[in-house]
Formats: sequence, C-alpha cells, structure tokens
Amino acid sequence: MILWLSRILIPLMICYIVGFGLLSGRPVFEDFLEGARNGMKTVGGILPVLTGLMTAVGVLRASGLLEAAGLWLAVPAERLRLPAELIPLILVRLVSNSAATGLLLDIFSRYGPDSPPGMCASVMMSCTETVFYCLSIYFGSVGIKKTRYALPGALLSTAAGIAASIWLTMR
Amino acid sequence: MLNYLWSFMLLAGMLWGAAAGNLDAVTQGLLDSAGEAVALGITMLGIMCFWCGILEVGTRAGLIRWFTGKMGPALDFLFPDIKDGHPAREPLAVNLAANMLGVGMAAAPAGLEAMRALAESSQDGISGIRATNAMCTFLILNISSLQLIPVTMIAYRSQYHSADPAAVLGPALIATGISTLTAVLFCRLMELVSRRRAGG
Repeated sequence: MILWLSRILIPLMICYIVGFGLLSGRPVFEDFLEGARNGMKTVGGILPVLTGLMTAVGVLRASGLLEAAGLWLAVPAERLRLPAELIPLILVRLVSNSAATGLLLDIFSRYGPDSPPGMCASVMMSCTETVFYCLSIYFGSVGIKKTRYALPGALLSTAAGIAASIWLTMR
Repeated sequence: MLNYLWSFMLLAGMLWGAAAGNLDAVTQGLLDSAGEAVALGITMLGIMCFWCGILEVGTRAGLIRWFTGKMGPALDFLFPDIKDGHPAREPLAVNLAANMLGVGMAAAPAGLEAMRALAESSQDGISGIRATNAMCTFLILNISSLQLIPVTMIAYRSQYHSADPAAVLGPALIATGISTLTAVLFCRLMELVSRRRAGG
C-alpha cells in the first residue's frame, strides 16, 4: 500500500500541477519553458563544482585510504559496538552516494539483507545523506566560503542517525 | 572550509596512493570521475529542466503559494529570518516536502533555487562569502534527510531476496526521526547563540 502510494506519487504530482495550471487558464507550456530555462542555467552553474568535487572524491576512493582508515578504526569501533564490516560504508557514505550503494549491495550479497549487518546497513543508508557532497553542491553553487556551523551540525545529525541505526538493529 | 575539504581529499588521496603503490589507480580514478561528473551533469540537466519547468507551472498557477502557506508554521519555526513573502520561502517549502516524500528529483532543483534566493537576499549578495543562519539550517536539514519512505532501499532489499524488504520502514523512520530531531535542536541552539552574540 505504502509502496504503491510512493510509486504513483510523482505522476500524480505532475498531473495535479499541470491540470491545475490548465484549469486556472495559464499558458502552461510557456510557463514550463521559462522554468526549464532557469533550471538549465542552474546546472550550468554547478557543473564546475560537480567536476571539481567528483574528481577529488574519485582520487580519494581510488587511493584506498578509506579502506585503510576502516582498518585503523576497527579497534575503537569495537568499543562502540560498531560492526567492523560497516565502517567503510559509513566513511564512504559521507562523500559518495553511488560508491556507498556499491558497498551496501556488497554487504547484502555477503551477509544477506536480513542479517544484522544487512539490516543495520539498510537503516543507516536510509537515514543519512552524502554530507560532503551536499555541502559542496549547495554552498558551492552560490560561492559560500565560510560554512560556519553547517558541517558540525550535519556531522552531528549523521552521527545521531548512525547511532540510532546501530541501537535499533544490532541488539 | 570547502577549500580545505577539497584540497584534503585530493592531496591525501594522491599521497596515500603513492605510499600504497596504487598511483596508477588514482590517476585512473581521477580521469574516470571527471567523465562521470559530466555524465551526471547531463542526466541532471534533463531532470532539472523538467522539474524546474513543472515547479514554474505550479508557481504561476498559485499552487506553490498555497502550499507554502500550509507549511507556514514549520517554516517560521525553522527559518525565523525568512519572513512571509521572502523569495526563498516557496522553494524552501517545496524542497522540504519533496525530501520528506523521497522525491529527490524534485528536491534538488527547489533546493538550489532556495539557495540562490537566500544568497541574493543576504548581506553579501550573490556569491556571498559567509553562510547565513538560514543557509546553515537548510543544509543541515537536507543532510539529516527526513525521509518517510525509503523507496530505493526497499527496492535494493527485494532485489537481494530479502524475506521482508519493507522491514526497514519502522527502524528507518525512527532513525531518520532521531537524526532530524538532532538537526533541528542543533540549528535552534546555534540560532539562539548567534542572535545573542549579535545582540550584545
């Protein structure tokens, strides 16, 4: 039921908006074109940000530093009852969504999606976002240099989400 | 901050790659990601054009204003500086609602538009230097990602033959609630702190 609702959500929204515009006598296609033109400008503006960011993330990922950091963190993580197999996922999750999805599916095929690590990874991925990616895209798009408390706040809420995932699934 | 973050990722990756002896992989990674970025940009271009167009239709028909009115109390609480009638209010409302519903395709265009409106109205103007309170709150809320239904996660789980793909629904809702609650409390606290500092 819920899944069905979420599946029809996007078509429903589009139909509703376009239908509403049509009924209120708007030239809907011209309005659409106006908005689409603005959207194009925005993408043009963030393409350099995207390229700069993704190359840096690509370098970091290919270097194997994140895997090494996972190994170093295994001992302190044990203390926090953090499963060692999830550390790389947490680290990668901060920088890249596609890479994190790759690791998630790897965990699924190795332990199964219903195993404790599989469940924990599922919940963790659902309640977190790519912190550094979002920060760079949104702030980079308008040239913010002083990010003030945005990064600490984002990391804090991500940590809270991860802690909650572990507490809910690994007991 | 972005300057340090970006250089750290590049330099640490290069140095570690050299030390671990996979410098070739690092170079290859760099080239591949540059191509990936452009591919992503092209995908985004289509989605952004479409959603910005649809949102414009909704805006001009007055639908988004009606919706923003409904979100009013939440917006007033989260963004006390963004008063009624502020140009960032409508895209902010759309972004928050799209995030909650898990329609990421609609969330990003509205989010970028909100960011631009916030920058234009800030003291530094467009390409401002210092993030405002509203920008920080916006970003932290987006990253805390209050998502009601993790649709893609359920799809992945059933793809890997989970006995109960939707079993994540409950725990995910609690976890995302906790992370978003943390985000809201933190933002309110920082808002109060920065107000007190500005006042005296």
